[in-house]
Amino acid sequence: MPELRTEEFQINMGPHHPSTHGVCRLILTMDGEKIVKIEPVIGYLHRALEKICENRTYAQCIPVTDRFEYVTAMSCNQVFSMAAERLAGIEVPERAEYLRVIMLELNRIASHLIFYGVTAMDLGALTPFLYGLREREAIIDLFEMTCGQRLTYNYIRVGGVARDIPKEFIPKCHEALDTITEKMSDYEGLLNENPIWLVRTKGVGVMPAKLGIDYGVSGPVLRASGVDYDIRRDDPYSIYDKFDWKPSVRQNGDCFDRYLIRLDEIKQSIKIVKQALDGLPEGDIKAKVSPNFKPPAGEVYARVENSRGELGIYIQSDGGKKPLRVKMRGGSYCQLQALPYFGTDCFIADLVAIFATLDIILPEVDR
Amino acid sequence: MIWPIASAELLPLFSYLYELLESTGLPQPWLAVVVYTFLAALVFGVLSLLALFLVWWERKIAAHIQQRFGPMRHGWHGWYQTIMDAVKLLQKEDIRVATRDKTVFFWAPVVCFVAAFLAYVTIPFGEGLIVADLNIGILYIMAVTTFTVISLLMAGWGSNNKYALLGGMRSAAQVVSYEVPMVASILVVVLFVGSLSMVDIVQAQAGGIWNWYIFRLPYGPIAFCTYIIAATAEANRTPFDIPEAEQELVAGFNVEYSGMKFAMFFLAEFVNAFTVSAIAVILFFGGWHGALLPSWMWFLGKTFGIVLLLMLFRWTYPRLRVDQLMEFSWKFLVPVTFANIIIAAWFKYAGWYW
Amino acid sequence: MTLDLVIFLISSVVAVFGATMMITQRNPIASVLFMILSLLAQAVLYIQLGALFMGAVLVIVYAGAILVLFLFVIMLLNLRGRESLGQPSPPISLTVKYALAVLFVLELIMVVKSSFSSDVFADAGNPGVMVMQTDNFGAVNDVAVLLFQRYLYPFELTSILLLVAIVGAVILAQRSRDDDGPVDAASSGESEGKAAE
Repeated sequence: MPELRTEEFQINMGPHHPSTHGVCRLILTMDGEKIVKIEPVIGYLHRALEKICENRTYAQCIPVTDRFEYVTAMSCNQVFSMAAERLAGIEVPERAEYLRVIMLELNRIASHLIFYGVTAMDLGALTPFLYGLREREAIIDLFEMTCGQRLTYNYIRVGGVARDIPKEFIPKCHEALDTITEKMSDYEGLLNENPIWLVRTKGVGVMPAKLGIDYGVSGPVLRASGVDYDIRRDDPYSIYDKFDWKPSVRQNGDCFDRYLIRLDEIKQSIKIVKQALDGLPEGDIKAKVSPNFKPPAGEVYARVENSRGELGIYIQSDGGKKPLRVKMRGGSYCQLQALPYFGTDCFIADLVAIFATLDIILPEVDR
Repeated sequence: MIWPIASAELLPLFSYLYELLESTGLPQPWLAVVVYTFLAALVFGVLSLLALFLVWWERKIAAHIQQRFGPMRHGWHGWYQTIMDAVKLLQKEDIRVATRDKTVFFWAPVVCFVAAFLAYVTIPFGEGLIVADLNIGILYIMAVTTFTVISLLMAGWGSNNKYALLGGMRSAAQVVSYEVPMVASILVVVLFVGSLSMVDIVQAQAGGIWNWYIFRLPYGPIAFCTYIIAATAEANRTPFDIPEAEQELVAGFNVEYSGMKFAMFFLAEFVNAFTVSAIAVILFFGGWHGALLPSWMWFLGKTFGIVLLLMLFRWTYPRLRVDQLMEFSWKFLVPVTFANIIIAAWFKYAGWYW
Repeated sequence: MTLDLVIFLISSVVAVFGATMMITQRNPIASVLFMILSLLAQAVLYIQLGALFMGAVLVIVYAGAILVLFLFVIMLLNLRGRESLGQPSPPISLTVKYALAVLFVLELIMVVKSSFSSDVFADAGNPGVMVMQTDNFGAVNDVAVLLFQRYLYPFELTSILLLVAIVGAVILAQRSRDDDGPVDAASSGESEGKAAE
């Protein structure tokens, strides 16, 4: 019997599409409702951040890194500061390290809360979005209280942090964490056992661990595929080795596991922040660093575990007060480049779910 | 035949109008035309207000589920917000894509709008508050609501846009699939009553809450559940809002529509939601029957209750995928409803009812 | 002039207009839409005859299911734009066409004429269906009696025929086993047509 064939056609998802989380364009080749081929087109948000950094002193680079991955700007501050500190051999005071960990983990929680809301919204449930943003608001208030900014913090500086936390920060932070812990049951109740949610996410968009490793995918997305790899533990930085926590790992690598792993990580982060708040020592918050410090010539690569995977910065220095070359490495980029290899042979609706659970943000891809 | 126009059959208001016009010596066809036009205008007006109210209500309910206030600026809790929205949409530029199919693009919202309102010819809003008690009442409603799907296909095609076309296709497949379980659920009640007329169906449930079919028939609850699922799909609401799935198809069939044309689709959607809820009330919840309050209040109250149910679905559930949606209809709903019909027929045949 | 007559005139003109436009349009989508228009007008005619049930069923089955399926298929095949007229027909086939058309018109006239004189279709136990307007002509009961008692076997045979068509369509459209394709919308549409029968 001759095989019946329908004609393939191309459809543009983006650059302006409600579920590409920014200006990403996916050229989809479709066979009916099924996706045969995905071709991501990036670069709509390119701002030449790396080049801008080359024309600024190290201290002036910090606000630029805020724009790199704005959902977790703290991590970007942290990774750049870390790189510069290693290059110049600066010791960070202990209190500053504690404050950094608190901020980093709070920022991770905030980012995962956005993920929770946006993913649910992409799958058609509009209410979780508001819930996620509501709790995130408490964390953002804490940041605002500390550094006056809500999105681009410029808080973690080379040698320490910009300023100390105010008195009321610690009780407010405990309060916010308790609220989130309490509301976690709401989040899970809304979606975890919802039959529609399960059929939409379980077994959808399975990313094999090997594929993930091959394409440099890291972070929660890789851990959801069963790879137990967390930079906070495996390449310890700051003072993460002082706290009692463990990376969350899931085995299936489908959208549902990618979703669950974020909820797990929120819980782990809450644990870390609570320990850090309890153990917060007194002391300096910033080492003495000249604003125009000149690190010796050389190169360094520093990396942190961000909520979207490995966030790395490579700096090459010629001994001047400005970096010679800066390279930024974001987790979203690797996830987007792996997408065409496991995101095909599914429906548009599945692609939306996959895209959402990869938690790609485009500024990080385009830089 | 057949135009049942005698003053006694009309609402009191209209029989008065009828007599008034008759006394002026207006000849027969024009008399009927005038009276029916007034009747149509009344139904249209009431329903437009209802639809506007439903939009506002949905926004408020969504807001309160989501821990916000919703519209607050226009009047008490923003009660005339949707009216202002309608005025705004009326004034907006009617953007027409250059590559559209001119006629089809123009007529799609009109067909959708008209189809949504046509159903109200046979819906009894209260005792005697019915435009025409057709003896095929429920079947008539099924017939006119099928035009909604044609209009969605027309919109998808006329826009000459791939997203719109996909939306139109999806809606056609969806509505055609869910019509089967919907009609099958309705049949269970029709089988028991032995009449398709809406008034007969409501009258058969007179005399207290235990005579409502959802409680009276042992298979009633199943029929109601299957009906409300199929009806949610028919009205294109979440979790079955595949045709306009915003995150996948941008806005599906109405992606190219703006201004008043968009408003017509939008209002028609709410009118459809009200229609399926009204049918649910008539079939399963005793229609206008109830104590103390006037019958139309009971009817509206019950219908708003069902609409509330649909809204709660919408704001708590994610959306199904298009193939899962089809599978759910053909592999689950259709067998269940058919089995339910067989059970109902057996009960009827054996005379086991009370 | 009664309202009945006015409505009859309007709807019959619309029906004829829709039918004419349907066969003269080049754009297949427009053809289908005009066919729907024509069917609607016919439904109004049925309702005027008092056959409300027939009118509703006409709309549900044809406009609601079958023509939606047509639209669906045409849109899937993307038959946008105009078909070319192609080669003009050879004179022989043109003559045959005109002859057939004339024959058909004659036949139509005969049928219509005879249906008014009421003795062609009428036999002793079977009053002419086209002629006799009983009190509830075309009502649910009458149709049910005809379908489920008098013509039960032909009716069931028709259903089996449709079932065969559906199975055939599913087999034709089925892909290889491991490729778990989407639910075939065309076949689901057809089974709807069956269910509405």
